[in-house]
Amino acid sequence: MNIAPPQPARPPRPGPQARRAVGRPSPGGGRWSRFDLRGIPYLLVSPYYLLFAVFGVFPLGYTLWISLHDWELAGDKSWLGLGNYAELVADAEFWNAVGNTLGIFVLATVPQLLLALMLANALNKRLRGRLILRLGVLLPLVTSVVAVAVIFSQLFSRDYGLVNWLLGTPITWQNEKWSSWIAIAVMIDWRWTGYNAIILLAAMQTIPRDLYEAAAIDGASPRRQFWRITVPMLRPTMVFVVFVSTIGGLTLFAEPVMFEGNPMMTGGTTGQYQTVAMFVVKEGFRDFDMGYAAAAAWLLFVLILLGTLVNYLFTRRIR
Amino acid sequence: MKHTRLATAAVMTAALAACGTTSTPQPQTPAQAKAEPVTITVHTFGGGENFGYDKAVEAWNAAHPGIQVKYQNLTDRFEDVYLPQLLQRLQAGSGAADVVAIDEGAMGLMAARPQFFADLGQYGMQNRKADFPAAKWEAGVNADGKLFALGTDIGGMTMCYRKDLFKKAGLPTAREDVGKLWPDWNAFLETGRKFEAAKTGAKFMDGPNTIYNVILSQEAPKNGNVAYFDKGNQLVIESNPAIKTSFDWVQTFSKAGMTAKLQAWSPAWDKAIKGGGFATMGCPSWMLGVIEGKAGEGNRGNWDVAAVPGGSGNWGGSWLALPKQSKHPKEAAEVLNYLTGKDGHVMAFEEAGAFPSSLPAQQDAKVTGLKNAYFNDAPTGQIFSASVKDLLPMFLGEKHAQVKTAVEKVIEGMDQGAVPYEEAWARFVAAGVKAAG
Repeated sequence: MNIAPPQPARPPRPGPQARRAVGRPSPGGGRWSRFDLRGIPYLLVSPYYLLFAVFGVFPLGYTLWISLHDWELAGDKSWLGLGNYAELVADAEFWNAVGNTLGIFVLATVPQLLLALMLANALNKRLRGRLILRLGVLLPLVTSVVAVAVIFSQLFSRDYGLVNWLLGTPITWQNEKWSSWIAIAVMIDWRWTGYNAIILLAAMQTIPRDLYEAAAIDGASPRRQFWRITVPMLRPTMVFVVFVSTIGGLTLFAEPVMFEGNPMMTGGTTGQYQTVAMFVVKEGFRDFDMGYAAAAAWLLFVLILLGTLVNYLFTRRIR
Repeated sequence: MKHTRLATAAVMTAALAACGTTSTPQPQTPAQAKAEPVTITVHTFGGGENFGYDKAVEAWNAAHPGIQVKYQNLTDRFEDVYLPQLLQRLQAGSGAADVVAIDEGAMGLMAARPQFFADLGQYGMQNRKADFPAAKWEAGVNADGKLFALGTDIGGMTMCYRKDLFKKAGLPTAREDVGKLWPDWNAFLETGRKFEAAKTGAKFMDGPNTIYNVILSQEAPKNGNVAYFDKGNQLVIESNPAIKTSFDWVQTFSKAGMTAKLQAWSPAWDKAIKGGGFATMGCPSWMLGVIEGKAGEGNRGNWDVAAVPGGSGNWGGSWLALPKQSKHPKEAAEVLNYLTGKDGHVMAFEEAGAFPSSLPAQQDAKVTGLKNAYFNDAPTGQIFSASVKDLLPMFLGEKHAQVKTAVEKVIEGMDQGAVPYEEAWARFVAAGVKAAG
């Protein structure tokens, strides 16, 4: 079953001729009016692109330039070509960080999206106090990441932590990969599940009612309606949600840093939960090897592109 | 230089913003310079009472209406907050204070970057040489052979202990008796066994790295005054017996289960200092200020100071330097000269317990006679004077801070069980080699 989303009807746009006619009369001839028409729109959107050029494109390019050097922070700089990349590809610590990042990403994102989908479906039903419930799931989002991480780090602390108390265990959550990953994934999910649920809910509400009515008349159960109508209709939104989660997951930084308790960026004593973003900061601002950090940042960029591509191919199959 | 500045500023905006400190440069027009007082900023780091310059700065500001000092302690974390920020500001050419404090761990790094610091010899400070122990003075001379930093405090070494926990464990509590419990580290280990056997609910020591640094500070002088790097800046982590001995002691303590497995300078460590989670901690002089700050008024009298096992040693201590970017280097030099002078040292000692490296200050009656009220009126002046006698501070290489951080992570991992004991030494060496490379 493949249903194209309905296209909203657009009012016909006035053609260029009509608009020129309402343009103000220009005493200085056609030059101003041509600029007014062709130039002003660019001028109006330019602030964003100027800022983007300064804070987006330039740092990207400059990071690439740095990554080709042996570049010490406030120290010596010499050309290295692709030396940093060659070293990085052979660096077990870098791949450990990549593994951690992907592991935490999967551990956090998969349950989060499933949960968000179920939450959204539940909130889409006729419920008492629906508004309150809908606002409630969004509430974690308005807390700061650092506050969330601080509180959860205390919950997962060894000596006086609530989680250890409930489980009756003396686990040092930072000590093992599995335990630290779980703790960090819980922080991420607590904050982002509601956000994704609301986005999915908004998309659900655009699905025309008559589809469900038709399905109900044909005798489809609510479960069948969910999998055969709701999920396929959510596909574009799913793609968006998965992309945003991928980017967020692969640049994961604040939660593990706060979880470590100090900003050394090692992600545990043996790098149990050091993410790639932490690796970049550690190399650049703890070991002062900016060139190496820049190379790692570029590899992270490539990784995100790959991750997004994989997700794109994957989500395309959900029909 | 200009493109570097712009670029650095852009790339590092995020990092600087994250650090959250802003320093607004004081606009000074030449016409106003005479009438308006010159503001000299002084930036330091450290927990608790840190550098203890409040009184010294107050006294200076009262006596010098033309040069007003603005003193700011930026953070309690040096290696991972203060140092990267300082390097970025030096590189950017603006933002650093007129007088900056540097911890011993980064002195090798800064000495290798003479382009950023003013030559203090230009301001007549070459004649201060007789005021300092040779090692303290020489660490302030950079790769160009110029004097760029003068010493502030020196660590010295004692052992702090919780009187209330010792009492609970049935151990002596008077500081002379406690000192006699542990003439050497073997005796310290025995005391630890007794303490653990008493099951007070607390551990004998905080974590592995405090004790590691204490022992290393005593072992390094026995092995040519070097730690991770020899004087030619070659990594000697594997061949220097001082490192192996210190490592082995930590492993012994860890295997005996005497550490609270805490990471120094973490929130959990702070909590345990306050709540009595452990009974002893190696105490360089500046650590007294840290304990007082973290344990708080409620613990007044609970902490005390005894002699350290194994004799004198030094851990830590700092220097003040004058970045070239300062707009008022002459006035800044005067302030630096004052703070590292006898009066500055004495006032800092009175305020924060940071023991003076200045020789005239060490002999001052105010220093030798000082008692620390927070630590049951312990005669800290006398205790630390004894601990820095014949002291030979160790040489620290350019990458000392990076290697130190990396190997201490392995020790922590070993203590917490993430690194098996039998693999720990190999991982320790490997981490050091990687951080130095």
